[in-house]
Amino acid sequence: MLKKVFQKPKYLKKAAFHYCPGCGHSIIHRLIAEVLEELDIGEITIGVPPAGCAVLAYDYMDVDMGEAPHGRGAAVATGIKRTLPDKIVFSYQGDGDIAAIGTAETIHAANRGENVTVFFVNNGCYGMTGGQMAPTTLIGQDSTTTPGGRNVARDAAPIDLSEMLAIANGSVYIERTAVNSPKNIRRTKRAITKAFKVQMAKRGFSLVEILSPCPVNWKMSPVDAAKRIDDVMTKIFPLKVIKDEIGEID
Amino acid sequence: MNKKVLMRGSQVIGEAAARAGCRFYAGYPITPQNELTEYMAEAMDRFEDGTFVQAESEIAAVNMVIGASMAGARAMTSSSSPGMSLKQEGISYLAAQELPAVIVNTMRGGPGLGNIAPSQGDYFQATRGGGHGDYRTIVLAPASGQELADLTRTAFEYADKYRTPVLILGDGMMGQMMEPVVLPDPVNINKLSPKSWILDGATERPSRIILSLLLNPSKQEELNWKLMRKYETISREVTKAETYQTSDAHLVVVAYGTAARIAKGAVKRVREMGLKVGLLRPVTLWPFPEHAMRELSRHVKDFLVFEMSMGQMVEDVKLALEGRSDVHFYGRPGGSISTPDEIAKAINTIYHRKHLEED
Amino acid sequence: MAKRKGKITIDSELCKGCYLCISFCPENLITISDELNQKGYYPAEFIEKDGKEGDIKCTGCATCALVCPDVAIEVYRE
Repeated sequence: MLKKVFQKPKYLKKAAFHYCPGCGHSIIHRLIAEVLEELDIGEITIGVPPAGCAVLAYDYMDVDMGEAPHGRGAAVATGIKRTLPDKIVFSYQGDGDIAAIGTAETIHAANRGENVTVFFVNNGCYGMTGGQMAPTTLIGQDSTTTPGGRNVARDAAPIDLSEMLAIANGSVYIERTAVNSPKNIRRTKRAITKAFKVQMAKRGFSLVEILSPCPVNWKMSPVDAAKRIDDVMTKIFPLKVIKDEIGEID
Repeated sequence: MNKKVLMRGSQVIGEAAARAGCRFYAGYPITPQNELTEYMAEAMDRFEDGTFVQAESEIAAVNMVIGASMAGARAMTSSSSPGMSLKQEGISYLAAQELPAVIVNTMRGGPGLGNIAPSQGDYFQATRGGGHGDYRTIVLAPASGQELADLTRTAFEYADKYRTPVLILGDGMMGQMMEPVVLPDPVNINKLSPKSWILDGATERPSRIILSLLLNPSKQEELNWKLMRKYETISREVTKAETYQTSDAHLVVVAYGTAARIAKGAVKRVREMGLKVGLLRPVTLWPFPEHAMRELSRHVKDFLVFEMSMGQMVEDVKLALEGRSDVHFYGRPGGSISTPDEIAKAINTIYHRKHLEED
Repeated sequence: MAKRKGKITIDSELCKGCYLCISFCPENLITISDELNQKGYYPAEFIEKDGKEGDIKCTGCATCALVCPDVAIEVYRE
């Protein structure tokens, strides 16, 4: 007697994803949806999507969602959360959104200890606009605005935003995970769960950085892109708990 | 009957906002409007559901207002000219997403870093969008302490009623002056009409989206037509101007805010000298009181626009009149303030040059 | 001791042929179909979709569904 053990979660709408084959965004959307259901907070959650490939996140996640201008997710989330402190508020941002144009808003939301959760999807490039350099593009990595590969003299080195946010006073839980393998996907789900629990317990600012494949702009197959995260990306952006002032949490 | 209080302009705005049900304020210090930000720090603390955030920048502040407005709060931010430039992106989004918000600009000398003296150099920025895209914002121009109180209350009402950002355009003089004011009664925010579109969690209802990305060209077009229809309704319902001694005038001075106070002094002076001069003071800069202007142009063939700038509202006056009357301009930009005598002299010069003493 | 038996269904119209399920299935039970779907992808196909009871190797571990970016896979298990 077979029973169904895996299906589309409740907080994902029926729409087919527009993302490229092998893109990590929809895996992350699905994990967030699963966690919202498991923690039974979907009905009190408000999400803030970014500018970037995931600008259409509201077509997929079945929660209240309010679009922010590029980079301003942490500030918009602050406004929502301060007005509705008992609701769950998250911002979902790409690497450019959070670590280039939105750096100030992100650092200050973390410093103020805003009781929101931020998802930082790091795919090392500007996907939606066609593969330009991102703050997290690696040295030597090709992109449309770093001909010959990123080099320090011309383009500076990649930025370690999560490590910087760990220094901020109000950040209490920051973890870097990835969605390139079954083990890492499970780890990401645990991190997402913990981050939401931190918010539910009103403990402060939580952030999960998720290394995500971008096969089209990395010019690789999805399987190779998934491998690149293990072989190359995690050398510069290691998967680990970057800050944890919480410990175990129910 | 409320008693009169003596309060500094910026503080009047703060108190009026608190009484109008404002429960979220985010701002960044900038002279000459710091008294407003400081006042809100104390005022928002009075309410259990009041929030004050000193944001890291004017950009962050307006974005926090976007969030607070999405969540249903009556929200406000304020700044002065250079900081208002930073808010233009946020204002474009507020307009596109049809979010209510009040934004107060206490204008100072510019462009660039400028100075901290009063000016009216942001008229274009306020009325011509300032940010990108096809949108307008209601722009209210108080000219007295009492109007600071009344128009702040009105700003929140219009913002909610029309789901649109509303600008209050003051200047450094207005922010600092102290006048007796009757403050409006506090609003009971629980009695305000509930907002059916806010993002407060999809409990027992379908989830909602507030966005402005409309990739489908016909949907984008549809939004723009919808906004235009809204703006037409606003123009019909909200336009306001004050006239002073215009019924027998041969020349009418057009001015707003502090410039209008100076101009009124000048008009009184020249009336004593026998000149038939009046004043038209727009209270709403957008929608601009075109109709009132055209009505006057039936018998008034000369208008003198006085602004504390190089001439911005003068263009709207010319557009409104469509050539029916002559438009003259007198301006002092960059934070210098004219005296009523100076304006009286300017009026005199034009009056006699155009032989307006003859009927 | 027998492993639990399972099966999966793949929505061939949602699948984008990214090969992630194929590369991660521990039993190599997924392959690529040679029929294009409406979007122009060659979707993944479950080898055991017409499988007989005794031959089933799928354990319903759901690894494929875990890695599938398009939520195209449903998993059944005893």
